Amino acid sequence: MRIFLTYALPLAALALLAIAPLYASAYQLGLLLGIATYVTLASAWALFSGHTRYISLATVAFYGTGAYTVAVLNESLPYPMVLATAGLIGAGLALVVGLSTLRLAGIYFVIFSFGLSELIRELITWYEVNVTGTLGRYIFLDLTPQDIYWQMLGLGAVTIALTAWIHRRRLGLALRVIGDDETVAAHSGIHLARVKLIAFVLASTIITLAGAIASPRWVYVEPSIVFNPTVSFLTVIMALLGGANRLWGPALGAVPLFLIFEWLSSDFPDTYPILLGLLFIGVVFLLPHGVLAGIEQLRQRRKA
Amino acid sequence: MSFLTIDKATKRFGGLTAVNEVSFTLQEGEIAGLLGPNGSGKTTLINLVSGALPVSGGVITLEGKTLSSRRPDVVARAGVARTFQLVRILPSLTLMENVMIPAVFGAKAHWGRAAEVVAETALAQVGLKGREGLRAGDLTYIDQKRLELARALAAEPRLLLLDEWLAGLNPTELQQGIALIRSLRETGITVLMVEHIMEAVRALCPRALVMNSGILIADGETGAVLSDPQVIAAYLGQVDAHA
Repeated sequence: MRIFLTYALPLAALALLAIAPLYASAYQLGLLLGIATYVTLASAWALFSGHTRYISLATVAFYGTGAYTVAVLNESLPYPMVLATAGLIGAGLALVVGLSTLRLAGIYFVIFSFGLSELIRELITWYEVNVTGTLGRYIFLDLTPQDIYWQMLGLGAVTIALTAWIHRRRLGLALRVIGDDETVAAHSGIHLARVKLIAFVLASTIITLAGAIASPRWVYVEPSIVFNPTVSFLTVIMALLGGANRLWGPALGAVPLFLIFEWLSSDFPDTYPILLGLLFIGVVFLLPHGVLAGIEQLRQRRKA
Repeated sequence: MSFLTIDKATKRFGGLTAVNEVSFTLQEGEIAGLLGPNGSGKTTLINLVSGALPVSGGVITLEGKTLSSRRPDVVARAGVARTFQLVRILPSLTLMENVMIPAVFGAKAHWGRAAEVVAETALAQVGLKGREGLRAGDLTYIDQKRLELARALAAEPRLLLLDEWLAGLNPTELQQGIALIRSLRETGITVLMVEHIMEAVRALCPRALVMNSGILIADGETGAVLSDPQVIAAYLGQVDAHA
């Protein structure tokens, strides 16, 4: 039963999701791609923030960097090289940001991570306006929506598999201890900066790759599109809804919230930010530890 | 060569000198009590030895290896474990996970079954055997203290720093706690314990060191130190001591 739940069920679900585009309409494929993107983003975000409890609002800084890298390089390098370059840029940026900020704790880290996204957006805008003389860029790649979806599905699967692997390693235990009490972690022999940096770089590289993979869908990109802060907020709330410190929690939160977001933004275009805000508040108040933890608590109460 | 050497250790916080050129040595296997009124600098000194705070001056060495101003994880891997004045357990983790942490990340870097064996031994040592799967947050106060001590022991330390580990226990628990620390003597671990409970200091520590206003004012055999007029004055205040 355990082997079935751990390996067979996820692999069967992955196979089903892989063949889904063959039977889906263009609209349904768009939804599937959106879901796969946010499952990847929320799972990658949780890889670092889920256990350490460092709430990062820098998701869009890396996501946008990935998208912009493709926009800049798509005509000069082969696509696999463009993706590899995006991943390297994301990792390098995360390394620099992590080294300078992971000593910050609590609200200071949240504010810095939000500021980072705004800073990168403004820097790119300034560069494009003052140096290249044009704000937007076009992405012409010979990729179908199916190609993009399969890449994103693969990245999402790799992210969840990597998280599962880390959970069972020293790194996973170290992240959990850091989240509970950094002082105890340090006095138990855990190199705080190294552990946090490894997790932050891994998560940020995946998020950058997600931005790079998703970018051909836009065709035209500019900083205000790819550095939209809503991406960061949605990612956080999706991970929290499902349970950020559980393997499947972020995915569980991402699916319904993405569908609700799509419905609200198309049917209530003027009021959806208000409704979304209320939804965020509701999640934090009613399910502070996520749906999976809530279900577990209910089970324990019934047993008691 | 002495096991632990503290040479003119100093810690300044702005204009306040919390630890002022404190010097002493400990031999391997020794159990010493560190006493003094509140605010005398005891916990700050423990923080300097364990790497929680960098020194402002002086040097602290363990068998010749410098500990002072090293990161706490480096000090921990050098064989120094500690407990905290306010008990610090990891409430969301199980007892086994709590205690496995220093076994995994300490000098010997155990993993898997080997780390579990170390954790089980430490839990058994403090009387928590059979409760490995419980959540640490569900424990009573005394059991949380036991758990914290088990976590320190699972580091297989050579120097153990106890910061008021016996504080807040009722009389029965205190006797249990004293017996527990006494049992450590047989393991050969060197212990430096900050303590206010004189009964415990007399029972456990052949040697006592007393700090007042950041300065080491007495160091010697416990009975003699506790009857030293300067020590009594530090605890009771000058006027009361002379009365």
